Formats: sequence, structure tokens, C-alpha cells
Amino acid sequence: MNKQGNSDDNVLSIGALREGFVLDHIRAGKAMRIYRDLKLDKLDCTVAIIKNASSHLMGRKDIIKVACPIDYLDLDVLGFIDHNITVNVIQEGRIIEKRSLHLPARIVNVIACKNPRCITSIEQGLDQVFLLTDEATETYRCRYCETKYSGKKNK
Amino acid sequence: MAPRHLMSPLDFSVDELEALMDVAADIEKNPEKYAHVCDGKKLATLFYEPSTRTRLSFEAAMLNLGGKVLGFSSADSSSAAKGESVADTIRVISCYADIAAMRHPKEGAPLVASLHSRIPVINAGDGGHQHPTQTLTDLLTIRSLKGHFDGLKIGLCGDLKFGRTVHSLMNALSRYPGISFTLISPEELRIPSYVRDAMKALGIPMREDVRLDESTMKDLDILYMTRVQRERFFNEEDYIRMKDFYILDSEKMRLAPKDMYILHPLPRVNEISVDVDNDPRAKYFAQAQYGVYIRMALIMNLLGLAPEA
Repeated sequence: MNKQGNSDDNVLSIGALREGFVLDHIRAGKAMRIYRDLKLDKLDCTVAIIKNASSHLMGRKDIIKVACPIDYLDLDVLGFIDHNITVNVIQEGRIIEKRSLHLPARIVNVIACKNPRCITSIEQGLDQVFLLTDEATETYRCRYCETKYSGKKNK
Repeated sequence: MAPRHLMSPLDFSVDELEALMDVAADIEKNPEKYAHVCDGKKLATLFYEPSTRTRLSFEAAMLNLGGKVLGFSSADSSSAAKGESVADTIRVISCYADIAAMRHPKEGAPLVASLHSRIPVINAGDGGHQHPTQTLTDLLTIRSLKGHFDGLKIGLCGDLKFGRTVHSLMNALSRYPGISFTLISPEELRIPSYVRDAMKALGIPMREDVRLDESTMKDLDILYMTRVQRERFFNEEDYIRMKDFYILDSEKMRLAPKDMYILHPLPRVNEISVDVDNDPRAKYFAQAQYGVYIRMALIMNLLGLAPEA
């Protein structure tokens, strides 16, 4: 796969990617975290990570290209990490769709509650569930104890 | 049909709460009418930490309705000591009882139970998170004393930082028009900013003060006193400094309006002097009685039962 990044923010080279998706406008330096959080390491397909590509909008940015169907991607997780990322869906070597991300109403097993008094700290097999309680402030709270998630997102 | 549970005081709409309080008020007037509503039904009290008052209030409520009770009163005497999960416990209890009240030190435990339960689950207190039946008790007491909520001036005094009953009560009262709050606390125990912000966003007038005196009690309809809890402090010195910060005694009561009722979730320590107990405005023991009435109404509601016409 062609790993060549493109310095022009508007004309994104997708190289030899026939089918798959390109995650564009990732904050520089955050590609590896997204690679892990989206569990791209578990996919049996080609993945290219481009670091520090030039961007008119952002100065520098990271890009991830993945040669597998878009259905494999958990857009909710990506929306939670950074909803400013652009998702380009590629088919037959062309961008056929640009998907915008939004903050998911609910995220499961992506972040963990840090409240030591929360039931998630002792109950076996309990999913870590966070709910979006305030979209304006991007506040997520634990479904069980309502503690606010205070970890740093991909910002 | 999936059972209905009670996890938070806001689970019931204002209209539903009104109907619930109407039933509780009728129970107060005609207790005999309700003496057999729960014949043959069983309440499981699953208390993973001791809370004698709340557990006995639930048990009294079920017994008053003609039902029976079973359960445990500490984690040591339950299967939790053997490492059983909350999910498994409630699955098993669903086979033994018709309704359950759960007190648990971990926040959200009753919610987990409700997700796996075939019977209604009532949150009887989960750590510092929610204690909805206390809030329902407080609401019923206020309505019984004042006849309504609209436009009431509510004073809250003591530990407003850690006191979950205070936060829940403010949230519940904020749904009624014209409510205003006077918040009396030491600087260190002021209400958390998220509660203040939520009230401000709703446009609810609030006044914060450190003094419990004539100026802050003036015009109040209700003064809700709270206890400063030792377990909330990391060092003993801070606790000792705070615990007797407010003492409501008969001398202070002389400065209070004639129709300002005193409420307290109990147990009290020093914050209300025993010489106030005989004041007709002291309603904290009546409040405990209302707690039984509202729990009776709640059990009936969640079981879908009513007295025969």
C-alpha cells in the first residue's frame, strides 16, 4: 500500500487503496492511540499510519488508511475520541462518502469509571458504560454512579 | 412485562409523585383500608451495609400492608461474603420475593440489580449517590405540612457538600414553580458547584450564607437540618471543627417564623438540641412516620396493587 501522505489538505491521496477508509484530520501524534482504541491491530488487513502530514487547517495532522470495509469501524468510539476527525469511505479507489462523526450517546467498554465507590470496581463481568449527559460540554457520566469522566480525550 | 424500579427520585414525574403522595396521605387517614393490600406478597430487604432506620421503615411498610419480609442486614450475612455478584444475587432473590429494597455501599449497585431482576427493585441508598425514598419522604412531609410546594422558601443547613439527601431534595423541589433556597453552611461544606450551576440554569433563586440566625431564617417555610458525617472527613480535626458548627436550640427557634417547620433526615447528633423536640414546629419524628407511609404507597405502586374498592 502506498503510504505517501499528501501535503494538500484538500486533495487526499489514497494511493492503492481500493476499498476501505481513510481517517483524516487526526491531531498530530494521536494516530497510535486511535490505532489502539479502534483495535486496528486486531484487523487482518493493511493499515497505514501517516504521521505529521502538513495541513492547511491544522498545521500538522496524522492520517490512518485501512483497507477493510467501513463496517469494521466503530464510529461511536471514534466520535468519542475526537468527533472532528473526517472519515472518507473508499470504494474502487475513489472517495464515495465523507462521514461526519458525532458524540455518541453511549459508549461501552472504552473508558473505565475511576470512582472507587462505583459498583464497576467490584462487580464481575459488568460493562463499563458511559452516557453523554451534556453535549455542549461533552460531558460523559458513568451509567451506574453518574461520576463525570474526567480523563483526557484525544484533545 | 418488565417490572418498574425506583433508582432516583426523578424516576417519577411530578404527576406520578403527586398520585403517590395522594395514596400516602390516604394511608395516613385510613390505614386499615390498606392492611391487606399485600397479603401473600414478600419484600426482600437486601442490606449490604447496616441501616437500621431505613430497613425497619421498609419492613414496617410491608408489614402494614399485610405482606411479609425476608432479607439480610449486612454483607457479612449475605452471599456477597462468598463473592457472589449483585447480578446473581438478584436473579436468585427474584425467585424468593415479589419486590426488593437494596442498600449497598457501592454506587450504582441497585441499578445493576434492576437490570437483572424479574421483580421491582427499590434503591434504598447506594453509597453517596442516591437515596430516593428519603427524598420521597421529605417531599411527602413538606406537602403534608404546607399543603403544596409552589413558591415555598426552603432553608437547607449543615453539610451541603456531601449530603446526598440535600442534593436530591433540591433536584426534586426544583421541578415546582416559585421554589427558592437559602443554603446555610460553613465555607468548607458549601453545595458542590454542579448542583449550584444546575439550579442557576433553572433560574431558581438561591441565597448562600454561613449564619443560621434571624436574618437567614426569616421568611423560611421549611428549615432542613443535616448532620455533619464523620465518615466524610479525612482527618478528625476537620470533623471536630465542623460537627458543632450549627446547633439549633430553643433560643434560635424563638427567632424563627411561627410556621417554619424543622425537618431532618435523622439520625441527629448535636445539630438540633433536644430542647427543640417539643416545639410544635419540630417535625423530624413525624417525618420518619411519613417515611413509612410513602414506602407503603411506593411498594403498592411498583407491585401494581391497590385496596379493593
